[in-house]
Amino acid sequence: MLDKRHNPLPGFGLTMGFTLFYLTALVLIPFAGLIIRTLGMTWGDFWHLATTDRALAAYRMTFGASLAAAAANAVFGSLLAWVLVRYDFPGRRLVDAMVDFPFALPTAVAGLTLANLFAANGWLGQFLVPWGIKGAFTPLGVVIALTFVGLPFVVRTLQPVLENLEPEIEEAAATLGSSRLRTFLTILAPTLFPAVLTGFALAFARAVGEFGSIVFISGNLPFKTEIAPYLIIMRLEEYDYSGAIALAVVLLCFSFLFLGAINMLEQWSGRFQR
Amino acid sequence: MAGALPKRNAASNVQSRRGTEESPFVKWVLISIAMSFCLVFLFVPLVNVFAQALTKGLGYYWTSLTHPDSWAAIKLTLLVGAICVPLNVVFGLAAAWAIAKFEFRGKSLLITLIDLPFSVSPVVAGLMFVVLFGLQGFFGRWLNEHEIRIIFAVPGIILATVFVTFPFVARELIPVMQSTGSEQEQAAMTLGASGWQTFWHVTLPSVKWGLLYGVILCNARAMGEFGAVSVVSGHITGLTDTMPLRVEKLYNEYNAPAAFALASLLALLALLTLVVKTFMEWRQARRYERAQHH
Repeated sequence: MLDKRHNPLPGFGLTMGFTLFYLTALVLIPFAGLIIRTLGMTWGDFWHLATTDRALAAYRMTFGASLAAAAANAVFGSLLAWVLVRYDFPGRRLVDAMVDFPFALPTAVAGLTLANLFAANGWLGQFLVPWGIKGAFTPLGVVIALTFVGLPFVVRTLQPVLENLEPEIEEAAATLGSSRLRTFLTILAPTLFPAVLTGFALAFARAVGEFGSIVFISGNLPFKTEIAPYLIIMRLEEYDYSGAIALAVVLLCFSFLFLGAINMLEQWSGRFQR
Repeated sequence: MAGALPKRNAASNVQSRRGTEESPFVKWVLISIAMSFCLVFLFVPLVNVFAQALTKGLGYYWTSLTHPDSWAAIKLTLLVGAICVPLNVVFGLAAAWAIAKFEFRGKSLLITLIDLPFSVSPVVAGLMFVVLFGLQGFFGRWLNEHEIRIIFAVPGIILATVFVTFPFVARELIPVMQSTGSEQEQAAMTLGASGWQTFWHVTLPSVKWGLLYGVILCNARAMGEFGAVSVVSGHITGLTDTMPLRVEKLYNEYNAPAAFALASLLALLALLTLVVKTFMEWRQARRYERAQHH
């Protein structure tokens, strides 16, 4: 299966062998274990376990909140990317560097600080709660946590596309008498849309699997703020392996379908780059 | 990293955009909205970590960090990082060497498989190891008879963390090695260097920054991992609690200042990661500028 094609460098056998061994031991075997356990269930059992009322409520929470958070990131992330690339203002470099902060911060810390901020006596909660905006133990809290976690995705996918835009196109539009708004809507927006969509999809995919940042702020109330990954842990604590596996397989299938979609999106959004 | 190169170009033609610029008012409004968003979602959460950690003063901060159970969590987290990062570095170097220096069929499949752990929810990752090694798992009975503990013990934590951080180093190294090509290594070999000498003196120096970045990312994620570790650890205080798990436990025990004290260490780690990343982008941009002058 593997042909070396006249490369004088040594070490192909060694490095390839180790790579395949390590990959099999740590990734493929765990995957296979999960798949074998799933195949051991009858379709009826699987369907029953994967679609209990509590599971359906958890999917709704997971996917709904992820969608809302990814949408918020699409709007504010695009704006942030635009501002960072096009305008110069004090602190721009600092903000640019800080965009990656949610990537670097352990999710448990993110959850902890957000839960504290949006609680009734927290720095932000004391102003928001009297207005009826409750972050702690509500679906809104889940959306807030997921927005934080997904923040870098739209900004970082859109930034390089904005930087590589040719200024001549906008200049031509301006010379031909197009207003700034019209140039934006008819020229810039269609060019940037695929990148925004890719960022949106990446943020959404990340949010669906997210766990650490949510458990602190959501309160994990069944049928209200419980997310699918948390329900998997609940099933495991009840020693209900099959129940946990059924939920996990649903999440996994979704991840892979979505991964394929993102790959296609990235090819589509890259079509202006080369 | 890739975004760093063209950025300087873009900044220089921002100045001459008359007629294609928004009015100062629109500009000001857009900047204010974007910055308010950053304030609420980036800066306030960060400052809050340190402010809450110090609400009861430095003395309490120090006592909560040196509490035996928290101290055990810090040591366990360092141990997990110290095992997982070298493992993934060796794997990353091997995988990058095989993928970047050689042509073979199935390469893109291999890259997809290496990226696989990124698309798995951490909780599901933890579950996979419970299915293999847990009491009702495939090897559960055998392990139990031989009194080997993997789940609810340190080996499980390490396995789950390696899984979650699996692609980080390889992902940084593969593009760097691909872009440097293999001419230099071939020249070294022609001049009589052995394979190992070539690797140590030619390849490693040329990828050192990418490697460093991969290590930093992998380490930050390894020490901060929560979901996967939460499933396999069993939460035994003083034994299998890593720092993030200890943070959760303290928070649930209504000891928020102690939870934030421990969390502040992890936040410092995140800031350090950002500083290294920013420094490397700055270095790369400067090299790019210099190359353009010559």
